[in-house]
Amino acid sequence: MPNKRKVVLRVNGRQHEVALDPNVSLLQALRDLGHTDVKNGCEIGECGACAVLLNGKAVNSCMVLAWQADGAEVVTNAGLGTMDKPHVIQEAFADAGAVQCGYCTPGMVISAKALLDRNPDPSEAEIREAISGNLCRCTGYGQIIEAVQLASRRLREGPAASLTGERAAPCGALTQEGDSPRLPGSTEQRARRGGDRR
Amino acid sequence: MSLPQFEVLQPATLGEALKILSEVKGAEPIAGGTNLIVDMRAGTHRPKVVVDVAALRDLHGIEVTGPEVVIGAATTIAEMLESPILMKHAPVLVLACSSFANALIRNRATVGGNLVTAAPCSDTAPALLTLDAEVKLASVRGTRRVPLDRYLVSAFSTVRRSDELLVSVRFPVPSATAAAAFRKMGLRKVSCMAKVDVAVMLDADAAGRCTSARIAIAAASPIAVRARAAEAALIGKPITPEAIAAAASLTAKAAAPRAGSEYKLSVVQGLARRLLAEAARALARGGTNA
Repeated sequence: MPNKRKVVLRVNGRQHEVALDPNVSLLQALRDLGHTDVKNGCEIGECGACAVLLNGKAVNSCMVLAWQADGAEVVTNAGLGTMDKPHVIQEAFADAGAVQCGYCTPGMVISAKALLDRNPDPSEAEIREAISGNLCRCTGYGQIIEAVQLASRRLREGPAASLTGERAAPCGALTQEGDSPRLPGSTEQRARRGGDRR
Repeated sequence: MSLPQFEVLQPATLGEALKILSEVKGAEPIAGGTNLIVDMRAGTHRPKVVVDVAALRDLHGIEVTGPEVVIGAATTIAEMLESPILMKHAPVLVLACSSFANALIRNRATVGGNLVTAAPCSDTAPALLTLDAEVKLASVRGTRRVPLDRYLVSAFSTVRRSDELLVSVRFPVPSATAAAAFRKMGLRKVSCMAKVDVAVMLDADAAGRCTSARIAIAAASPIAVRARAAEAALIGKPITPEAIAAAASLTAKAAAPRAGSEYKLSVVQGLARRLLAEAARALARGGTNA
């Protein structure tokens, strides 16, 4: 048997020192430490449910071995905000109706955070590209995209900002997205065309 | 589901890493791990010892060294995507990187890993082939530089020996007037594996005669390849629609898709025609690249 390795994980600001076999993934280590907001979906880097920020960069934690994250700063969805004090992105997900079963949500929020950190005012195409590594099998992509747009606007204009006006209504406007990101046109243009079936 | 057990060695220097690769039987390098971890989980790959090369300084950085652009093997796809040097000198590679998997994977996957894995659908390989790239392989026996098209042998097979580490990939700084284009076709618009990749790079003299043509394809043959006959057909002649159509048809002849995937021949031909026309238009505008 290989020797266990001492690994220091700094998760959501708290330091953990653990002894782990070399084959333990960051995903497994985080969940064993109680960070069950990091979801175990596919374990092959396809679904993004296990996404976390590793030194500020969004990664699939199933594709990182825990020792590769030794000493690194890890932020999970729960590290961004809590039920009492949610992050603007999390609140926007709730307000836009972007949470259905909720399994993809922590990973979606992490990908949204990584996007908005780099690009505070992304286009719809940029949002679709940024969340393309996160699968929502409820297929609620329309609301998720609107949640990111709402969060972007609130982060730039303050908490009172909304998506009303020239935008489509936050909920229910788009429900036929399947997994084809980067459709041309704004949500409004597509709504006028009568949906997303191409 | 857990991974099989293995040992980890974390050398502090390139020299130490090469020593381990030469002395420890079955030791394999790991950088981002986006291929290795998946293969280990699936049980298709079972190294007893993995050698962590991600932090080795010699494997990092993107720089122009004299006449060459040099990219450290452990450079992530995301880092390449954000590199002003590559944006200026090799937009074809930046385009390939932008089509690579998705943001989560791009933050871990490395160019060296992509070339060591040598999957038929590698996105970096066709772009690097049009840049006339070489890889630098190092071992305790010394280093050697191998042109990428000789390095890539077949699906998941390269000339790298088990004691060698891919240290960097490098290519001559392309002509400032060259124009390039890249297109990936997959089952989705983003976050997918390539069904066909085509990359092209053209250059012409003041009279509009083609002085350099490089065309590469991936996922349409066991490994990414240059379409040399198509290139030869273009060089020295004006880049007319007829010349482009003939070169596109020769590009399809360089493809060798698996049985059942013959449709890729038409895709290669169509993409090659479109991309060559795009590059020719960019050349006519006097603009560079993509």
